Amino acid sequence: MKNWTQKITIALGICAMTFLTACERPPIDSKQTGYRGTGMDQVSNPRTNEQLAKLNELPPPMPSSPDGPKASAVYKNVKVLGNLSTAQFGAFMVSMTSWVAPNQGCTYCHNVQNFADDSLYTKTVARRMIQMNQSINGNWSDHVKTTGVTCYTCHRGNNIPQNVWFNTVEKRGGNMLGNTNGQNNPLVGSAYASLPNNPFGSYFVANASAARVIGDTALPTGNKSTLQSTENVYGVMSHMSHSLGVNCTFCHNSRAFSSWEQSTPQRVQAWHGIQMLKDVNTNFMDSLASTFPDNRKGPSGDVAKANCATCHQGVNKPLLGKSMLQDYPFLAPSNSKPKEGNQVAKN
Amino acid sequence: MEYQNLFTQTQVTGPASHGVPINDYDMRERTKTIGFSHLMGRLGNAQLGPLYLGRLGVASLIFGMTAFFIIGMNMLAQVNWNPLQFVRKLFWLSLDAPAPKYGLTFPPLNEGGWWLIVGLFTTISIMLWWLRTFRRAQALGMGTHVPWAFASAIWLFLVLGLFRPVLMGRWSEGVPFGIFSHLDWTAALSIRYGNLFYNPFHMLSIVFLYGSVLLFAMHGATILAVSRFGGEREIEQIVDRGTASERAALFWRWTMGFNATMESIHRWAWWFAVLTPLTGGIGILLTGTVVDNWYLWGVKHNIAPAYPAIYGTVADPALKAPAAPVAQGDKK
Repeated sequence: MKNWTQKITIALGICAMTFLTACERPPIDSKQTGYRGTGMDQVSNPRTNEQLAKLNELPPPMPSSPDGPKASAVYKNVKVLGNLSTAQFGAFMVSMTSWVAPNQGCTYCHNVQNFADDSLYTKTVARRMIQMNQSINGNWSDHVKTTGVTCYTCHRGNNIPQNVWFNTVEKRGGNMLGNTNGQNNPLVGSAYASLPNNPFGSYFVANASAARVIGDTALPTGNKSTLQSTENVYGVMSHMSHSLGVNCTFCHNSRAFSSWEQSTPQRVQAWHGIQMLKDVNTNFMDSLASTFPDNRKGPSGDVAKANCATCHQGVNKPLLGKSMLQDYPFLAPSNSKPKEGNQVAKN
Repeated sequence: MEYQNLFTQTQVTGPASHGVPINDYDMRERTKTIGFSHLMGRLGNAQLGPLYLGRLGVASLIFGMTAFFIIGMNMLAQVNWNPLQFVRKLFWLSLDAPAPKYGLTFPPLNEGGWWLIVGLFTTISIMLWWLRTFRRAQALGMGTHVPWAFASAIWLFLVLGLFRPVLMGRWSEGVPFGIFSHLDWTAALSIRYGNLFYNPFHMLSIVFLYGSVLLFAMHGATILAVSRFGGEREIEQIVDRGTASERAALFWRWTMGFNATMESIHRWAWWFAVLTPLTGGIGILLTGTVVDNWYLWGVKHNIAPAYPAIYGTVADPALKAPAAPVAQGDKK
């Protein structure tokens, strides 16, 4: 009898330990960020933070003098960085190579016989991306503040940033069976939930709808949002949370998700981030549709697009809030006030 | 230490008991073979059977297993009939309700048609099983407390999958058949309708649910604690208290000034359990049909406290946005 009980205890103990391996080991830090009783706090794992600090170290800076002859006067076919000094221009080309194509070098974008030649599509893309950097740093200070972005914010040594998204081709599986409904599949896009797998197309492109599904009156007064659209919002919010390494209460008071009055200022910044993504994806990425070769496109032939994870990569401030702009001031216009009229529709 | 053990400490085994004979038909439907299992005896009675199948039981099982089979086939098709992927993604896979555009019509099979069929079959199966519990209770001359308690759970099931979707005018409000997907549905329902925790019937349901747990713990603990005095002879002790009941009652009067009786504790437990899905079902039925945002409803009725604005004024940035072309699906 005793022996039997012991065996069960040991078996249960082994099961429990196996399950526990899925957990992060304590101690975990938590910091209260909201009014007491609202449960608004941020949880962080100091060991994960150490890893993130390593992953988010800045590459060696390459400052250069703005004095000297202008690049446009020395080189041919310089369309967007012509007002840089040749020193700045050269340093930036070297930096860009190390950020985007460290293995391929100059030849990733340039024809070595003639550096001014535009025959490689990568060069056209790179030029457009420099304009995108300037546009983000110039027009979207509501989101990127004065920290700004550089190529490195997203690329981190990869030809294509590690976190991009394509439109999905919905898998319906014939007329009979096998419709996954665009969800119920553990993918990173919805933070491994069974929520809609690719909610980005609904929010992160121009003219996308707003993520506002919750009614603003106690009784029904015409809010027709469905549970399906709610799950779509839930999916994109899970993506944001997962991409930034924060939980819901980083932005929301979870008792009333829709209430701006009870939200943190970060929610406003995140809202501007969504507007920024619409601008980036539609005005910069989509505009390159004819430039990218087919092997760089998604299953439905669309170009790679950005979401929160593209820059954030697991931390709430990309590169832990360290700015690289002081060494590359030409990526930001001198006036950092947002320009009216150059932004996509806000909603 | 004996009474603290999870497993039954006393197993009395005797000749197989076939139960009271009722009539020829009834006897024909009972399984003849009776088994004994020491392991089952650790949890309950060591005797297994007789099982009573009957026409209702057979019909219920056919409908129930068909529904289960259809769900399984749908999930298997979603992973291209790959059994390994089926196991790996089992918790994520789901048979989803039709899209909102189909309203209350019957959609194509692959777009929610199967969901409706499974819903119908499950409902028939559960209803037949309910009838079965009712008829068996009557056959044994018992009261019908078990079927009525079961009916309370069926009420919640019907509200979730039938009554509320019909009132809302679309099947898409129904619950998907899947492990994680039904949990996501639960969260999405609460988010969409402004936080179900401010729904007073949801509150009541939680009270009865946690109350059931508390009563179960108190009752189980009390009876185990006086089992050394014969405390588990509860039914007799309703009218003939004996020292076990007296001690248990005195314990609760000492500690909280009041005690249940051997009869009343079971009435408490039954009502708490029954009221859990009963009130919950009312709460779900009101959600979206007569209340759209439970949080704002709570504010209106002064049950949601206001907190100081410790972040300063945070306002909807869409209201401050420069005049720009209005996009599709603009803010509400």
